[in-house]
Amino acid sequence: MCLGVPAKVLEVSKENALVDVMGSRMYVGTVFVPEVKKGDYVLLHAGQGMTIVDQKFAMESMEEWRRVLNE
Amino acid sequence: MNNLDIFSENDMARRSVDAVIKLSEKFKKDKGRLPVLMEVCGSHTMAFAKTGIKQRLSEHVKLIAGPGCPVCVTDQKSIDAMIQLSEIPDTIICTFGDMMRVPGSKYSLMKAKTEGKDIRVVYSPLESVKIAQNNPDKEVVFLGIGFETTIPVLALAVRDAENLELSNYTIWMTTKLVEPVLRSLLDSGEVMVDGLLLPGHVSVVLGKKSYDFLMNEYKVPSVITGFEPVQLLTGIYKSVDLLLHQKAEVINDYPHVVKNEGNLVARRLLEKYFKLNDEAWRGMSKIPNSGLVFKDRYARFDAKKKFNVHVKEPRKTKCRCGEIIKGSINPEECVLFNKGCTPTHPIGPCMVSTEGTCAAHYQYMREE
Repeated sequence: MCLGVPAKVLEVSKENALVDVMGSRMYVGTVFVPEVKKGDYVLLHAGQGMTIVDQKFAMESMEEWRRVLNE
Repeated sequence: MNNLDIFSENDMARRSVDAVIKLSEKFKKDKGRLPVLMEVCGSHTMAFAKTGIKQRLSEHVKLIAGPGCPVCVTDQKSIDAMIQLSEIPDTIICTFGDMMRVPGSKYSLMKAKTEGKDIRVVYSPLESVKIAQNNPDKEVVFLGIGFETTIPVLALAVRDAENLELSNYTIWMTTKLVEPVLRSLLDSGEVMVDGLLLPGHVSVVLGKKSYDFLMNEYKVPSVITGFEPVQLLTGIYKSVDLLLHQKAEVINDYPHVVKNEGNLVARRLLEKYFKLNDEAWRGMSKIPNSGLVFKDRYARFDAKKKFNVHVKEPRKTKCRCGEIIKGSINPEECVLFNKGCTPTHPIGPCMVSTEGTCAAHYQYMREE
């Protein structure tokens, strides 16, 4: 329940954003990250962006997820 | 047994393990025993088992699982009450998936669903608000379990229900807070812990500063850490390093994600809707102010007030999940582990949850 997957923000609208999560697109909430903008990476929890993370961290994290998922 | 072979393919991981071993040998020489660290978060427990780090370090660092799996810490009476809710006619129960197979005294939510009860698994509490909006002739109850990472999302669901003026939406709150349970564990003296590995994602909401009490009052070295192998290993390394230097600091080793102040929007939303409450934890009875309930203004969203659910005191079983979440025993010390209790036939929540200590132990660490 506590794991957060990094997602790239593609479009931002009021309290919502279209994000790419390792190839899947979905809408997530942005109430907790009101400063989020297109191109940012956010960590998701229960359908909400909980924090903005830098690109380097997000890329490394996604690589790790891919590796785990490919096992 | 399908641990990732991170130590053969990841040079950083291999070098990090070597560094941890070197430090722990110094500790062993000084103290004559292994350093003991508690990973507070259930996702850490699963990650330590899955990556093979726990096994690899077993002769160098003692890692014990703490009370950070939200399903596991929910007491049996609350689980029975949540299952009983599903028996109320014209009621839709919405829940996170982890709760479905947790055994109640009589049966699980999964069994109730197969018997025709309307129980829906949702990814977000906000989906349950939409279900309430689309089913005005039904009562919709969301089973609100979780720590500080999840509680702000519960608050958002209440905000949405309030804005939509829904009168058929409630939450059954059995939320848990990290600070009170850590205080309770450390005060009890039941578990010998040298240092704490603090939960990465709960800390997103709480912020590093909220752990100052560990440093100031308990003098326990603590490291906020992430979930990937090298992050887990550096968390251990920094903890043992603090121990060797007798420094009771709190280190934020997940700074890309966790800020000093936490998430202020989330914390403000929590404060708007909820207030502190004494909460019952599995195996630990009630801990003062360790959970949140609705403020009186929002009592109309409180399922406990709306529905008259009374459950009997659950019968005692041989399940030792209560001791496992406190770190008092490890799963193999439970007589049911891998005998009466397996992932396909779980007796206790620690064998069910994706963050459960017994599930992690069964999947990745048991002797075959």
